[in-house]
Amino acid sequence: MEAYIQGIGVISPQKTFTGNGFLQDAMEYNDVNYIKCLEPVYGDFIDPMVARRMSRIVKMGVCAALKCLRDAGIENPDAIITGTGLGCIEDTEKFLGSLYASEEQLLNPTPFIQSTHNTIAAAIALKLKCNSYNNTYVHRGFSFESALLDSMMLLQEGSASNILTGGMDELTPNSFAITNRLGFWKEKTVNNLRLLDYKNKGSLAGEGVAFFALSHSKNDKSLARISAVSTLYKPQSADEVTARLSGFIQKSAGVAGDIDLVMLGMNGDPVQDKIYHHIMSNFFSPVQCTFYKHLCGEYDTAASFALYLATMIIKEQRVPAILKCNDRPVRKIKNVLIYNHFRNINHAMFLITSC
Amino acid sequence: MSERIFVTGVGIISAIGFDCAETSVALQGSKGGIGRITMLNTFYKDEIPVAEVKAGVPELSAMAKVAENGLFSRTSLLGIIAARQAVMQAQINDISSAKTGLISATTVGGMDRSERFYKYYMKNNMRGRLRDIITHDCGDSTESIADALDIKDHVSTISTACSSSANAILVGSRMIKNGILDRVLVGGTDALTLFTLNGFNSLMILDKNGCRPFDEERNGLTLGEGSGFLMIESESTVKKDHKTVLCEITGYGNACDAFHQTASSPEGNGAYLSMKKALDTSGLEPRMIDYINAHGTGTKNNDLSEGKAIERLFGSSIPPCSSTKPFTGHTLGAAGSIEAVLCVLALRNQWIYPNLSFKQQMADLSFSPVTAFQYNIPVRNVMSNSFGFGGNNTSLIFSRN
Repeated sequence: MEAYIQGIGVISPQKTFTGNGFLQDAMEYNDVNYIKCLEPVYGDFIDPMVARRMSRIVKMGVCAALKCLRDAGIENPDAIITGTGLGCIEDTEKFLGSLYASEEQLLNPTPFIQSTHNTIAAAIALKLKCNSYNNTYVHRGFSFESALLDSMMLLQEGSASNILTGGMDELTPNSFAITNRLGFWKEKTVNNLRLLDYKNKGSLAGEGVAFFALSHSKNDKSLARISAVSTLYKPQSADEVTARLSGFIQKSAGVAGDIDLVMLGMNGDPVQDKIYHHIMSNFFSPVQCTFYKHLCGEYDTAASFALYLATMIIKEQRVPAILKCNDRPVRKIKNVLIYNHFRNINHAMFLITSC
Repeated sequence: MSERIFVTGVGIISAIGFDCAETSVALQGSKGGIGRITMLNTFYKDEIPVAEVKAGVPELSAMAKVAENGLFSRTSLLGIIAARQAVMQAQINDISSAKTGLISATTVGGMDRSERFYKYYMKNNMRGRLRDIITHDCGDSTESIADALDIKDHVSTISTACSSSANAILVGSRMIKNGILDRVLVGGTDALTLFTLNGFNSLMILDKNGCRPFDEERNGLTLGEGSGFLMIESESTVKKDHKTVLCEITGYGNACDAFHQTASSPEGNGAYLSMKKALDTSGLEPRMIDYINAHGTGTKNNDLSEGKAIERLFGSSIPPCSSTKPFTGHTLGAAGSIEAVLCVLALRNQWIYPNLSFKQQMADLSFSPVTAFQYNIPVRNVMSNSFGFGGNNTSLIFSRN
């Protein structure tokens, strides 16, 4: 199973949507414990009358999706598949809040309607009048991964030639406050670009939307190829991770030496980052390793941001210094391995290859 | 790609029974599960009927064989109960003996506990017990089920509103076809919550008299809760283990209506497409479908749209058709899999279910649903429809093997 990436639409805390060039000037956020998306001018993509009724994540989702399709030169995909850990959490909170405030009476149904996890995939289908396959995955750090896996299956089955696949999660004041109480984030504020320098527990909260136009065959628009995706649920030990990763590399790339660049989901939490250091030292000490959560923050579908970076790196054959967590000799980048885990529960690995 | 997909075990819990045996008795007795609210603490207790599972957390925890430690949402408990039944019937003693996955579906996840949290959190954001919010996301209920049954090889959750668990069955089937998994536990679970009750109430689509699908006087849906799971296995796994097969999944189709976020197109375009795709994958002719378990929510809009799509696909020879939602209520994310379990029972026992509370044919449709329980009818191929908000439509076909 494989998929060619034909187009990209990414909204993130970086200038990924409108900026010039790939990570030319990384956004630096000082004294923060979360970073949020730089939102585009929605009017360029969505009718303002329609946009007015959409929540923030729906607007971001639709915008990124449309940009992605435009980029790929695809009018109407054969499938729309999304992955989101928490879905339209803003509307969920809004409806829950009004439910208690009004003691269950005279409620406005709009936030309820928009709270459904499939709202974004549905809004895109509605906008495109796309009657084809439509699905939404909602499983923590497996949300985007499942969406990708489904996409690759559809391409293999031959039931779709072009698929729009995306991962998205939004951060709201409430979702931050609650996860902060749960100890997900660093107690003191940080500078995002120095995320790995802080040794106290917790990470930096983030959010983002990343859409990919995937195709079963290669053409002159192809940016990179997704060669393999695999997930690992609740590994019991570092050895289990090593064994699975080793099998994954063997099946998809050959040997660890065939990997030209590694992207690790380090998020600044010393406990959660342990496994990444283990992977680095066990497999990839001679290989250029990078990290990315200082640019997008930690969220359920953060691996979709890594996939965007991997694609751009392969396309431009350039590793921005801001991503590097070691310094190895530059070589031609053919195979990029992404390893990401969400709260040590949902582990995922991707192999992205130049085409 | 040639692997056939067999159902080897099913599990169900809903307002009409805690397992298949109880469910079968209720079905044969035409005993619906809709009634007065006694479990959910809501303003609408005496006003809006629902189809509740009449068991609290202690009883559900015992049935699910998990500790009553306050860490399981009602959605998780319902899911574990049905999932365990499916695994037991499939006679799988060692889950790791084959590559096994779990694809569950839900729309509200742990909302029953989130509501408890929010009630306090709303007043002061340092309040609300954190243990009540950690079960909020949809993945939580799936992981509870995976951990209870020790399923590790693939774990995922789908949420496409009311077609969620039909999509879980569809994706699980495709994972077997693609050779990724040998067997998959597929299904869905949803508990009744204030969130959903108030949500649908604010849309003014809850029938105060209980749902009456496909009736001219129908006036909305009735919410239910529960869970349905199916153990599906590849042909080679079934052969290797000399398994008893309940039925085969022969067709599946997913299409998007792309008409409106909450309303279906009047001509049922998405519904037509999902049914057509399911027929195409199965290779069956429309006339070979012996029974349609309709989505049939009882809303003005759905039943007209679905009915029109059925007329368009099946022409003048519409197979016996009924909605079983007057039995179970509309169980949202669990509806597709609960109805899939009912379809398996229909195939096994040669049953066709009545569409309870039907009186008068819809003026806009040429057909009426089945109104009496039917025994000993040749039932070889059954179609099950599940349509959701956002126009997410999925149809499945189950066949006697």
